[in-house]
Amino acid sequence: MEILVCVKRVPMSGGRFVLTEDGRDIETKRLGFTISPHEECAVEEAVRLVEANGGTVTVLALGVPESAEQIREQMAIGADRGIVLETDGAEWDPQATADAIVAAVQQDDTAFDLLMFGNESADSSGYQVGIRVAHQLGLPVVAGLKSMNVTEGVVRAERPAGTGKEVFDVPLPAVVTVREGLNLPRYPSVPGRIRAKKKPIATHEVTRPPARLNKVSLELPADQGKRVEILGNGAEAAPDVVEVFRRIGVIS
Amino acid sequence: MLVFIEQSDGGIDDLSLQALTFARGVAGPAAAPIEAVIEQPPADAAATSLRRQGVSTLHVLQTTGVDGYAPAALARALAELAQQRTAAVVLAPSSDHGNEVMAHAAAILDQPLATDVLSLTMGAPATVSRARWGGSLVEHAELVGEPLMVTLAAHSVEVTEAPPAEFTVADFAATLSALDTMVVAAKVQGEGSNSINLADAKVVVSGGRGVGGTEGFTILEELADLLGGAVGCSRVVTSAGWRPHTDQVGQTGTKVAPDLYIACGISGATQHLAGCRTSKTMLVINNDPEASIMAHADYAVIGDLHTVLPAIVAEVRKAQSQ
Repeated sequence: MEILVCVKRVPMSGGRFVLTEDGRDIETKRLGFTISPHEECAVEEAVRLVEANGGTVTVLALGVPESAEQIREQMAIGADRGIVLETDGAEWDPQATADAIVAAVQQDDTAFDLLMFGNESADSSGYQVGIRVAHQLGLPVVAGLKSMNVTEGVVRAERPAGTGKEVFDVPLPAVVTVREGLNLPRYPSVPGRIRAKKKPIATHEVTRPPARLNKVSLELPADQGKRVEILGNGAEAAPDVVEVFRRIGVIS
Repeated sequence: MLVFIEQSDGGIDDLSLQALTFARGVAGPAAAPIEAVIEQPPADAAATSLRRQGVSTLHVLQTTGVDGYAPAALARALAELAQQRTAAVVLAPSSDHGNEVMAHAAAILDQPLATDVLSLTMGAPATVSRARWGGSLVEHAELVGEPLMVTLAAHSVEVTEAPPAEFTVADFAATLSALDTMVVAAKVQGEGSNSINLADAKVVVSGGRGVGGTEGFTILEELADLLGGAVGCSRVVTSAGWRPHTDQVGQTGTKVAPDLYIACGISGATQHLAGCRTSKTMLVINNDPEASIMAHADYAVIGDLHTVLPAIVAEVRKAQSQ
């Protein structure tokens, strides 16, 4: 199976954000970088599929050249090959991102059986790049799945819906977007990290078209810095807690 | 303006009512009247609540030959309807189906889609504010689209009602391709367990790293049972394997908005807050008064959850036996 997994380099958010002086971006000087947990699960699933069926896992990122670091991390758990669509770091909207990925897929020598995405990116959470790519390539797509099995060229995909679930059968080639909970990604081993250093990463420079969803500025939401009422210390606070439960009506 | 809405339990889903409320707020002359779009004819209770939402027409999408939820087919119909009605705005709730159908429709129409929107201002260009990082940041952006396609961030609007008015029901059938009908969901109902669904629970008792392990959750379960609520947890807990991923509250887990959220031993990473920041009341139990979650708490008890929770459980039992 030939599998492409698309990932996005994002800062590790931790407890709170600090914005740059112009208010357009997150101050990342002191932050590490990672990919979304959804995307980590996508890579893990792709590696398992290739371990079981043969083939290769290619990881693609659109972003700054340093996105190669995130691809190396995924190579350490078993991805074979990387593609970085290098940008100058400015924000790409979901349409432009999907267009660039489609162009890269069409130019690549590999005919992919399965294209995998996170259900939504960690930072801008658009819920749409995978679906847009599927439409442009004329492929079926299932979004937000939390369980998948591939048998004889068909993906059986499941996702929770209320107290039940939705089940889809999708013939390959196809696009899927996945959610954390699909699997528990492995930790990279030391030999895995050493092997990752020798694996190939291709780079292509890409130029951003005009944005149609154009980020102008960022703001910290008003609920940060809400005034908290301290009810007390330790077990002695229990009667006051129950008084709060009564006041807001969770007990009578 | 077209508003894609969903039904649940025989009524209009709460997130869809929020979307209709939001629609009345932004409609103005450019986007009025408000026309709703639905997958199945409305049940009686749904029709009743729609009469109080200022809807002039209800379009029922006909996806003939499709048995089940088919996102691409619904999107094809929604996209064709938007063109036929020359809609200025197409809005949906930021639910799983709402975001999915809108992403398909935006791809079909080759238009931008702004998800998790908090506000929309018509104009040239139109502007939106939208949640990023699961609501930990607000983005202000220009949106250049015809129609403007947006999904409304969940629980960002309180549902209100408009004066009662009748609406017209119209069927709308689209021409579907083989690809549109290739992906259809078979629905499987949940097993008849009595446990309360985390996403719908009125009270959520949630635990983080401070709970210390699988056994530590027993006291959280006890309190949740007493309050008729559900147990949740942070990502640290599911990554450690103490609880199943279905219990995770957060940006990549379940998003909840209960009346009361009790965060026990949770530091308050943005990943976690993304899943619980719209809770009506938040009570924090933590031994660190400087934990970042304190900035989001309404009430807090400073102390070890392993001694505080048993005391609260005992006190609730005492109150309930009186």
